[in-house]
Amino acid sequence: MMIAVGIDLGSVAAKGVLLNGKDIYKTVIPTGWSPRDAGRKLLNDLLQQSGLTRSQLGGIVVTGYGRVAFDQADRKVTEISCHARGVAHLLPGANTIVDIGGQDSKVIRINEHGKVLDFAMNDKCAAGTGRFLQVMANTLGMDVGQLGELEAPGEHVTVNSMCTVFAESEIIGLLARGMSTGGIIAGLHQSVGKRVASMARRLGVKEIVAFTGGVALNQGVERALVQELGCPVVVLEDCQFTGALGAALTAAQES
Amino acid sequence: MTKEMVDTFADIRAQTVEKLLELRKDGTKVVGIYCTFCPQELVIAGGAIPVGLCGTKDEPISTAEEVLPRNLCPLIKSSYGFAVTDTCPFFSLSDLVVGETTCDGKKKMFEIMQELKPIHVMQLPHTEKEGASLDMWVDEIRKLRTRMEQDLGLEINDADIWKAIELVNEEKKMLKEISDLNQSDPPVMTGLDLLTVVWSAGFSYDKAEVVEKLKAMKDELSQKKLKQTSGPRIILTGCPVGLGSEKVIRITEELGGHVVAMENCTGYKTLELLTDTRYEDPIVALAHKYVQIPCSCMSPNPYRMDLVGRMLDEFRAEGIIDLTWQACHTYNIEAYDIKKLAEKKGLPYLQLETDYSSSDEESLKVRIESMLEMINDDRGGNRPGLRCC
Repeated sequence: MMIAVGIDLGSVAAKGVLLNGKDIYKTVIPTGWSPRDAGRKLLNDLLQQSGLTRSQLGGIVVTGYGRVAFDQADRKVTEISCHARGVAHLLPGANTIVDIGGQDSKVIRINEHGKVLDFAMNDKCAAGTGRFLQVMANTLGMDVGQLGELEAPGEHVTVNSMCTVFAESEIIGLLARGMSTGGIIAGLHQSVGKRVASMARRLGVKEIVAFTGGVALNQGVERALVQELGCPVVVLEDCQFTGALGAALTAAQES
Repeated sequence: MTKEMVDTFADIRAQTVEKLLELRKDGTKVVGIYCTFCPQELVIAGGAIPVGLCGTKDEPISTAEEVLPRNLCPLIKSSYGFAVTDTCPFFSLSDLVVGETTCDGKKKMFEIMQELKPIHVMQLPHTEKEGASLDMWVDEIRKLRTRMEQDLGLEINDADIWKAIELVNEEKKMLKEISDLNQSDPPVMTGLDLLTVVWSAGFSYDKAEVVEKLKAMKDELSQKKLKQTSGPRIILTGCPVGLGSEKVIRITEELGGHVVAMENCTGYKTLELLTDTRYEDPIVALAHKYVQIPCSCMSPNPYRMDLVGRMLDEFRAEGIIDLTWQACHTYNIEAYDIKKLAEKKGLPYLQLETDYSSSDEESLKVRIESMLEMINDDRGGNRPGLRCC
């Protein structure tokens, strides 16, 4: 098997996976303002980790919104196909993928070979995405990474606004009324879960459901998603890397 | 060669403006038309010139939003914006503008537009069925005739209406023949070229000339040697598209897909509908034709499903893109039926809800590219994704 690299240039995080036989190397960095530079840095990181040189690489596939900006890849493939591929590899038997990233949330239906059967994405709006949670975390004066552990579902406060801008004002209002921060966070997670679950139901949810993307690292959103979907979800250990892994698998297949 | 022919269609708009300026000096009347429901045969029969009006560009929308609500469909905002900023020469040169009540947004917008220009609004029935609905539509067409006779001083007699009916039938037949050529694999024309031809034809001041042009084009395209390769074959359906609002077609083709046919207002929605000349009264004949247009404003709207279903087979489509302009409730809801149709045919289906701006192009690209990847996957053998250069 040839040495293959997958690069996933997301709106917030850039992820890279290098496959060399049984060895897998992974790296993640903030995308920053230049997805092209982020992609190059990922590639260098992966080469350093694996002790390989650029000329030893067999194929590179790039995915994610920054895929058009990256100039080192052989092919570009959408993140929808790559997530499907990556999840089918990590979780055989998965039928539905819920992927929540920085600026997109997606639901993808796949078959046992990782072929995309249907998909849905959020419209041009940050509702139900990582960006929504990031803005809310800022409003609450904390890091987005803390939201999961700080939520208090028992004190759940309903946040009605789906729109990021309106939700921010709503939260300021809730804080002013002395509502518990943990309860507000739980409400925000519920709002994301509700939004994405509704998109999933339009498509038809079939178990096993895999939950991927950076937001899958947040246990609060996982909790809310399970509640709203009414079925269990599997959060893969490598939930942030499924797109990059799918890209690497696609690159490996091409030789 | 195709490009040169397409360019001659792209030039029609500019030529029409020049010609209208000239003809108006001799007292010729110009009637502006927003929608395919307007029986332009009456205008032609009266010796006036029917001409399409602008409403497919983003530029005047911000000005329109000073008066109209933001969460209104871009087509309505663009139409009003062009009119109020006086940037559509066709609107400016029109003696009368005809609008139809195809949706709540449009009919209320026309009320405001009356401040700028005499507007004749035709009240559409909600169904194509015989009885009160059809009777009402016959009456509406008679009212348009009277309005043009009284306000524009046109003489519209039955013999001339029949002549105009033949001319418009001939034009529709030719537009359909040109569009049908794309059933070949690979198609003879890109979706963008097809749009340029069909949309631009609607701005011509001389239908007879357009018919000749279309005939010449068909002859040339029929002889065109086709390359072997063809990207995924896509049928576009949904809201109206024109130059300026063609982003979904452009993106699809930039990503290697091929929009082989359009079911929307610039496409097949009206191309099969010819006026039946066996009626005694030409107004009744016209009413029967126009009321059948499968616009989503009709309820129910079975002919659209029938039409799209046949197009999928005839064009050997591999996917459907259903374009919904933001706030167009009727097309947005009918997407449910189109999706079911796609499932029945086992084809990938993509509904895109967007506006005229370019702000969501990257996000549209992900969706469209993913759909094309699904199709290439189905075809098998193809290497996934697009080659980077």
